[in-house]
Amino acid sequence: MPGLTIEREVVIEAPAEVVWRTITEPDQMSLWFADRVDLVVEPGAHGYMGFGDQGGPVVVKTVDPPNRFSFRWNHPRGEEPVVGNSMLVEFTLTPEGAERTRLRVVESGHEVRDWPDEEKQRYADEHQEGWGEFLDRLAGVLAERRAG
Amino acid sequence: MTMQADDELWSAIGDPSRRRVLDLLVSNGEASASWLAERVPFTRQAVSKHLVVLEQAGLVSRRKHGREVLYQVETDRLDQATRAMADLAAQWDRRLAAIKRLAEVAHAEAKNQL
Repeated sequence: MPGLTIEREVVIEAPAEVVWRTITEPDQMSLWFADRVDLVVEPGAHGYMGFGDQGGPVVVKTVDPPNRFSFRWNHPRGEEPVVGNSMLVEFTLTPEGAERTRLRVVESGHEVRDWPDEEKQRYADEHQEGWGEFLDRLAGVLAERRAG
Repeated sequence: MTMQADDELWSAIGDPSRRRVLDLLVSNGEASASWLAERVPFTRQAVSKHLVVLEQAGLVSRRKHGREVLYQVETDRLDQATRAMADLAAQWDRRLAAIKRLAEVAHAEAKNQL
């Protein structure tokens, strides 16, 4: 679904270094993500994530401890993942004091970080007020319509 | 829903101007391109282009009413999109909650060992 963008975040009562290890160490990843994680966390590394009897290739993009980690996935097997055939998952860790970290994840088809700053800002602004509320509102209207 | 149809759907909704058009159609029910153009900060031509994209993605349909063409939202398709998006968001919420739990436990244990 390369046109789709999902953004979620959570505040964690732990330093960024601890959160970083949780999201990047393969044995930790298998606790919150895939059942099987076969991955070297280095930019450009190809790996695999298994979900039960399903799974697929993953390519690591950014490794910038303890702030940024991203990978592409959901691309067809045997193809290099690029914008258009895959989804980019970007984690951003922002320390909020010594023992608190804001963890944000954006899954999208676009490579937002490679855009010019102006574009990035515009995109961020649009998405701030955009997706979530938009879809919530629509869901409300649609529900009302069905009820009526 | 095929992968390609999905792509069309998400890129159609991905554009903020098109969301605005969709929004107006959702709240108004049915509208012509000129009616929409009066309510958005872009040209009538741009509205028509957005309507073509939305129609290709299956999100709106049109009918002739006298000399006017009226557009309306395809509720099922939009509903489908909303659900798919909510599912994906819920999946990430679950993962983030698990990360939070793991990191907080790891941090508490490390502190206790000091």
